[in-house]
Amino acid sequence: MKAIVSVVGSDKVGIIARVSNFLADRGINIDDISQTVLEGNFVMMMMVDLSKSSAQIGPLKAELETLGESLGVSIAMMHERVFGAMHRI
Amino acid sequence: MLYTPFEIKETVDMFLRQKLDIRAITLGVSLLDCASASGSESRRRIRDKLLRIAGPLVRVGEEIETEYGIPIINKRVSVTPIALVAAASDETDYSPWAKTLDEVAKELGIDFIGGFSALVQKGIAPGDRRLIDSIPRALAGTDRVCASVNVASTKSGINMDAVKEMGRIIKEAASLSADRDGLACAKFVVFCNAPEDNPFMAGAFHGPGEGDSCLNVGVSGPGVIKAAIESCRGASFDILADTIKKTAFKITRMGQLVGSEAARRLGVPFGILDLSLAPTPEVGDSVARILEEMGLESTGTHGSTAALAMLTDMVKKGGVMASTSVGGLSGAFIPVSEDEGMVAAVRAGSLSIDKLEAMTCVCSVGLDMVAIPGDTRASTIAAIIADEMAIGMVNNKTTAVRIIPVPGKKAGDWAQFGGLLGGAPIIGVHDFSSETFIARGGRIPAPIHSFRN
Repeated sequence: MKAIVSVVGSDKVGIIARVSNFLADRGINIDDISQTVLEGNFVMMMMVDLSKSSAQIGPLKAELETLGESLGVSIAMMHERVFGAMHRI
Repeated sequence: MLYTPFEIKETVDMFLRQKLDIRAITLGVSLLDCASASGSESRRRIRDKLLRIAGPLVRVGEEIETEYGIPIINKRVSVTPIALVAAASDETDYSPWAKTLDEVAKELGIDFIGGFSALVQKGIAPGDRRLIDSIPRALAGTDRVCASVNVASTKSGINMDAVKEMGRIIKEAASLSADRDGLACAKFVVFCNAPEDNPFMAGAFHGPGEGDSCLNVGVSGPGVIKAAIESCRGASFDILADTIKKTAFKITRMGQLVGSEAARRLGVPFGILDLSLAPTPEVGDSVARILEEMGLESTGTHGSTAALAMLTDMVKKGGVMASTSVGGLSGAFIPVSEDEGMVAAVRAGSLSIDKLEAMTCVCSVGLDMVAIPGDTRASTIAAIIADEMAIGMVNNKTTAVRIIPVPGKKAGDWAQFGGLLGGAPIIGVHDFSSETFIARGGRIPAPIHSFRN
C-alpha cells in the first residue's frame, strides 16, 4: 500500500534526515517528497510505499508519532486513497 | 507530488484537528427468516444469524481504522423490526427478544443494536401492539438495544391511536429508569417517514424492503464545516453556501471510500452513505456553533431556521454530488444534550422548545434528545409528537421525536445521560392541556399532495 506521511511544525535542522532514516530502517521507500512553508509552518509531505516493508501499520504510526514528538513536529500517516477520494474525481 | 501540500494539510487537519470521523458503520441484517411459532427458537435463530454475519464487524472496522488512518467511532447492527419477526410466536411479552439482541451486541463488542421496532403508520397489528407494550421493559432491562416506532407517513397520514400510546410508553420508560434520569427514553425514537436504511442510532432498523444484509455508513463532521466557514467571515450567503457544499463533497467521498471497503471486507453489499452533521458533547463538534459562526449571537435567535435550512440543504447537495449512494437522513442533526452549543443556547435562554420545533422543519430529523420536566403529562408528550409528525407528513420529510421526561426534575434542572448522549438542561413545555385532543384517537388523513400516483 501507498501512504502519505505529513510532517507539520516549526523548522529545524535534520527533520527530513531523521524521518527518512526512520523509514529506510523499516524498508519503506519514499516515492515522492515535497517541502514548503505553509501559513508559517514547516510542511513536508512524502508519498511512501510500504509494499516491501514488513512493518505493521498500527505500531508504525505510533512510532512515527513518537518520532514527531522528539522533533517537536506533528507527523501523521494516512492511506493514499483517502487523499485520492477527497481531492481527485 | 501527486497532491499539493495544501490538499494534504487540509485532509490531515480534518481528522487531527476538526474531529472528522466515520460516526458509524452499521450492518443491517434481515431477521425475516428467523420467525418461528416458538419464541425461543426464533431467538436462537436470531442469535446464530447475527453472530454469523456480524461476527467480523468490529475487527474489520478496526482494521480499516488503522490502515486508512480514519477514526470509525461506532460499529453497530440494525435488524428487521422485531414486531415483524416476533409476531409469528404466541408470546405476549417481546422483551426476551430485546434481551437476546442485548446479549448478541455485547458478544459482538458493538455499542448499540437497533430494530426493536414497529411500523404502525396505518394500523397496529397484534405483533405491533405486543412490541409497543414491551418497549418500556425492553429498554429499561437492556443496555444496548434501541427501539423505534414509525407512527406516521406522508402516504398514510398520522396514526393518532399510536401517537397516544407513545405518550404513555415514554412516561413508563422514564419511570422504569428514574434512577438514571429516564435514560431508557434516550434509546427510543418515534418517527414519521422513517428511512429503512438509516445507520444512526437510536432510530436505525433494517427495513423490510432491504436485502438480506448490507453495510450503511454514517459520516459526521460538524467541526470540519465550522472550520471551513470560518474562512468566510463577512462573505455573502452565496459564498458561504458554496463553501459548505464543497466541504460536504470531500467528506462524503471519504465516507464512500470507507463504506465500500468495509462492505467488501465483510462480503456484504454496500447500502447507503448518510452524511449527517451529528454533534457530540465535545467542544468543537457542535452544529449550533456552525449556526453561530454564520453570524447568530446564540442559536435559537431569529435567523436560526434560515441558517439551518441552508446548512442542511448544502450538506445534502455536496453529498449527492459525491456519491450515488447517499441515503438515510443526510443533513444536520440538532439534538440538545449531544451538542454543547445547543446546551449553551438553552442555558442562555435563546432556545425554547417552540423554536426548536420550528428548526426541525428544516433539519434532517426532529426533536432530538430533549429533556423535559418529569411531571409532563402523557397527553402533552403525545401532542408534542403529533406536532412533529405533522411537520414530517406535510413536508414530505423524515421527522422524529426522542424526548425524555426526566423523573423528579423540573425546567432548569440538569439531566445527565452520559457518554455520547451527554446531558442537558430541562426545557419547559406548555402547561395548557392537550388531553381532549389526544383522547380522540383515530387517524389524521394523508395530505392532498400525497396523491401523486
